Amino acid sequence: MEELLNILNEMHPDVDFATEEHLIDNMILDSLDIVSLIAEISDVFDVTITARDIVPANFNSAKALYALIEKLDNEA
Amino acid sequence: MFFTSYEFFGFLTVLFLVYYLLPKRCQQPLLLAASYVFYAAAGLSGLLYILATTVTVYFAGLRIGDNLKRQSAYLKARKAELDKEQKRAYKESQMHVRRRWLVGCLLLNLAILAVVKYANFFIANVNSILSAFGGGGELSFLSLALPLGISFYTFQSIGYLIDVYRGTAPAEKNLMRFALFVSFFPQLIQGPISRYGDLSETLCQPHAFTSRQFCFGLQRMLWGYFKKLVVADRVLAAVSTITGDQMTGGYVLAGMVLYTLELYADFTGGIDIAIGVAEALGITVQENFHRPYFSKSLKEYWRRWHISMCSWFRDYLFYPLSTSKPMQRFTRFARKRFGEKVGRRMPVYIATFVVWFATGVWHGANWNFIVWGLCNFAVLMISEELEPLYSRFHQRFAVGGQSWYKFFRVGRTFLLICVLNLFDCYPTLSGTFGAFASIFTAGNWSVLWDGSLLSIGLSALDYGILAIGTAVMLGVSLVQRSGGVREKIAAKPYPVRFVLWYGLFLAVLLAGAYGVGYDASQFIYNQF
Repeated sequence: MEELLNILNEMHPDVDFATEEHLIDNMILDSLDIVSLIAEISDVFDVTITARDIVPANFNSAKALYALIEKLDNEA
Repeated sequence: MFFTSYEFFGFLTVLFLVYYLLPKRCQQPLLLAASYVFYAAAGLSGLLYILATTVTVYFAGLRIGDNLKRQSAYLKARKAELDKEQKRAYKESQMHVRRRWLVGCLLLNLAILAVVKYANFFIANVNSILSAFGGGGELSFLSLALPLGISFYTFQSIGYLIDVYRGTAPAEKNLMRFALFVSFFPQLIQGPISRYGDLSETLCQPHAFTSRQFCFGLQRMLWGYFKKLVVADRVLAAVSTITGDQMTGGYVLAGMVLYTLELYADFTGGIDIAIGVAEALGITVQENFHRPYFSKSLKEYWRRWHISMCSWFRDYLFYPLSTSKPMQRFTRFARKRFGEKVGRRMPVYIATFVVWFATGVWHGANWNFIVWGLCNFAVLMISEELEPLYSRFHQRFAVGGQSWYKFFRVGRTFLLICVLNLFDCYPTLSGTFGAFASIFTAGNWSVLWDGSLLSIGLSALDYGILAIGTAVMLGVSLVQRSGGVREKIAAKPYPVRFVLWYGLFLAVLLAGAYGVGYDASQFIYNQF
């Protein structure tokens, strides 16, 4: 989780990713951020996030995103 | 049958009456029949195209859905027998089957769209190349009529099929329900491009008449007619004069602002009518605009304008392309070759380029639209690259939160949109660039205040009506920021409501741009 928070903080240092739960709904992360984020996650966690996984529920918070990473890791 | 035609009002009156008088189980077939009648009024050949899309996507969806179910049942039944690797191999083999159905159906429907919409554009370009090389034997143009709303219903159907393929929407088994989703008439000709998950349920539920919902629907329609007939069609005359007579300089400046006003009133007005008709039928259709001209950047504007189209391109083209395996491989290569920073941004650049190229092509078979798309891409990517500079500027001068700076950013974005809209006003690239250049070279900005603008098809009264119409639209947008306008009006005492709604009705009747021999213009987005 800490690694993920580091990646997110590097993208938007002004956002408190540990508590923010509306990253998509509040337009904090846009589509360009998401693509960069996916590339970064793919490198660090060695999981493949596909277009099917890109729904607000998976990206609205760092917690939800980490749950997605864990799920994909288990499936691999 | 345009939304502004008398036939449409007759059609709608009969539909409303029959819809609410018949038993509720008849509502769905009635809506489908009404949608086909509406569509057939534009030409019977168009009906064949929409039926072809409906049937092919329906069957492909069923096959993909069946395959997903079979896969799930097979894996469940053999949960203990198969190891992880065998399960993965089985899933992969089934995915290939589904992908064949998906790709085959997409290619078929995109081919239909390409032929009817882009074949003559392609032929014209081939002929230009042939004549440039002095070759004879030019290709003949096809005489195919563009089916009404084909870009909208094709994209809506493709979106459904991809959702079924991804497993995020169930395959619709009922052909009538699916046909209604594809052809629901209010949104057929200019959107919004709905998602199956958002529309199908509300579309197929039984709907009891409620006076509040019906009135809200009619009020939304009235608001749409106000925008279209009082503002958009009034501006049309001036924009046509400026572009048609190839006026220059200050006229172009006035024309691009007037066209941006027209486009807003026309497109949002058309969507208001579409959403209002659906609402009067008890059906909720998603919003397509979120006060776009209040945007502080082009990026924000494209999140607030034609939302359903932009989100379609994002979900079904941008994300799949930028996260695809070949793109990931290319990103790794680019990071090694061009460095970490540039390589990481490569998928974003490439996917954004493809999306804006496709968006331009989607808007029309014309180089103007393609260059318009690429200009949007260029501005967005330059803004993205300059973002660190903006951040440093905002930190240094702390102007980000100040009202005047917000106004400046809104004004700057509006002006940028006006300039980009020039591509929509002229039929050729040379005409567009020539008109834009003339703003700085013609030296006639005085036409903006010396009364010359009274000779472009608008009288002083027209300008007065436009000023009031624009002020009303602006006022409504401001009020909307704190909640629904109709809900707020509904909470007012009866005399206030009466004055507001009948005032709007009278405004449409008295100030609508019609008269002897006037034929309400079709909506700009009908041609897409």
